[in-house]
Amino acid sequence: MPEPDFDEGAAISATGAGGVGQGAIAPTGTGAAMDLAISEGATLERTPGGPEGTGPAGKPRSLWGDAWRDLRRNPVFIVSGLIILFLVVISLWPSLIASGNPLKCDLSKAQLGSRPGHPFGYDGQGCDVYTRTVYGARTSVTVGVCTTLGVALFGSVLGGLAGFFGGGWDALLSRITDIFFGIPVVLGGLVFLSVVTSTTVWPVIGFMVLLGWPQIARIARGSVITAKQNDYVQAARALGATNSRMLLRHIAPNAVAPVIVVATIALGTYISLEATLSYLGVGLKPPSVSWGIDISAASQYIRNAPHMLLWPAGALAVTVLAFIMLGDAVRDALDPKLR
Amino acid sequence: MLLEVRDLQVEFKTRDGIAKAVNGVTYSVAAGETLAVLGESGSGKSVTAQAVMGILDMPPGRITGGEIVFQGQDLLKLKEDERRKIRGSGMAMIFQDALSSLNPVLSVGAQLGEMYSVHRGMSRADAKAKAVELMDRVRIPAAKERVGQYPHQFSGGMRQRIMIAMAMALEPALIIADEPTTALDVTVQAQVMDLLAELQREMNMGLILITHDLGVVADVADRIAVMYAGRIVEEAPVHEIYKAPAHPYTRGLLDSIPRLDQKGQELYAIKGLPPNLMHIPSGCAFHPRCPMAQDVCRTDVPPLANVSEGRRSACHFWKECLNG
Repeated sequence: MPEPDFDEGAAISATGAGGVGQGAIAPTGTGAAMDLAISEGATLERTPGGPEGTGPAGKPRSLWGDAWRDLRRNPVFIVSGLIILFLVVISLWPSLIASGNPLKCDLSKAQLGSRPGHPFGYDGQGCDVYTRTVYGARTSVTVGVCTTLGVALFGSVLGGLAGFFGGGWDALLSRITDIFFGIPVVLGGLVFLSVVTSTTVWPVIGFMVLLGWPQIARIARGSVITAKQNDYVQAARALGATNSRMLLRHIAPNAVAPVIVVATIALGTYISLEATLSYLGVGLKPPSVSWGIDISAASQYIRNAPHMLLWPAGALAVTVLAFIMLGDAVRDALDPKLR
Repeated sequence: MLLEVRDLQVEFKTRDGIAKAVNGVTYSVAAGETLAVLGESGSGKSVTAQAVMGILDMPPGRITGGEIVFQGQDLLKLKEDERRKIRGSGMAMIFQDALSSLNPVLSVGAQLGEMYSVHRGMSRADAKAKAVELMDRVRIPAAKERVGQYPHQFSGGMRQRIMIAMAMALEPALIIADEPTTALDVTVQAQVMDLLAELQREMNMGLILITHDLGVVADVADRIAVMYAGRIVEEAPVHEIYKAPAHPYTRGLLDSIPRLDQKGQELYAIKGLPPNLMHIPSGCAFHPRCPMAQDVCRTDVPPLANVSEGRRSACHFWKECLNG
């Protein structure tokens, strides 16, 4: 029997727009319940003639196929998907829409407003705000995606193994996640990152993975424990499956949905966390181009030259919102019960 | 003998103490024979089966004594890896609820084929061809088209056929069916039982049929073992037990079957509740509910006595019971 000392099974709702950091997200539902709901939903909604209604000619649909169908019809997914696609494209090839150099600045034009060819105006150092905003997307997307991948990888492997094998390792891991949850993110960032001199994104990503993995580990642990108790895992065991086969083929595909949902929503918060750390001066440092750095630099001039703050802040808000919307849409598709 | 369970004892550690789920069960199954294990929920019939299969959750479960001899070797002395190889190829299990026993994210073909890729190392294409063959064998229509479909696209009866196909895939010597028809409606129940019995005859397998449905048992079983509080209270050839039970508990079970000639009357029920496995009553565990109980039943555990050839009863007063 799983100990009821964690909230992974209980808290189902994932809050949409969150603040900064891990605390903003409630873990999402349990693997088994989801799968059942999905299969039931599929049977009820799409095959009016009952489970046999598809007949021999019916095209087989998988869980993921169903989720993809749901997603394609969801306007929230389409809007957020387009925004994210755009962000990814400009972070790969920023010169497509911004021909200037974000580091080429002319002090004589400092704080000037919108000009022809420079629609967002100039910042305090006389750099083009439009170019910097476009180039800032690369940092944000890199940080968000890499952190999420790192967190999802470490978290789901450690949490999944702990959930599957249980016992002493599980207890140890659970206590370790408790310790990490106790570290305030911003305070931890100020302490850890203030000693880092590197100007690349990697220390920031490393720090966020370090503090972020326990969140995914908890969810992965919870959903593996739920999936493990399914009869089909027992049945696979009764038919001679090995531990690794049970884990990889029967448990993991049924436990991964909540991890994907939480990781997608968390991606947005990692981006805003990077901006927060950069704003505080411990995240990225110039000459890196980051919305957080620009917001920080602009904040002193907000009354004289608000455009310097509004453009990077607006880009940040839209980006974070897009990822959180995507996470919501994915959750809806994978867990129709919550609708 | 194909399988001999001797004096098996299983207990579970719980927060409130130790629950003794199986207290010295002894039964055997020969090749081609069907043994029905009958009993209420909590009587230990499923736990015994899980111990035989080696899929008991340990902890909290623990096998504290006894032997499980399968094809001449004591399974409890084998290493986990050796036992795993027996599961599926030597013995297999059919579960109660086929919907929850099939993985919702894998197509049925993939799950059937898995039997061959795990145990026989077959290639994906060969395994798929075998899967179609199996589905044909359990009479799923249009097997070739449906092999790629997912469990939720099949009806309850079809799903149970797929479970049967999975269990039969490697032609094991022993099949344990844990209430295989409980989740199905009555007409489908009969079809599934017929299929199971037919395949069993064809392959000369031993079958342990765990059930609480006396109606199912009468048609297919050769012998019946009745369990109560983790113990076998009566074992007998199937037709004899229906004629004259040699244990008051079996009598109670038979009397609680609804009968047409009693239409309109109140249905008989054994009074009282099944025993708490943490505190099994002293002496004969059934004595608090037994209409024939006397002082000796409170103090002495009745031995499983031979009533006649192939027939045993664990009641101090089996003779009185047998004579009605």
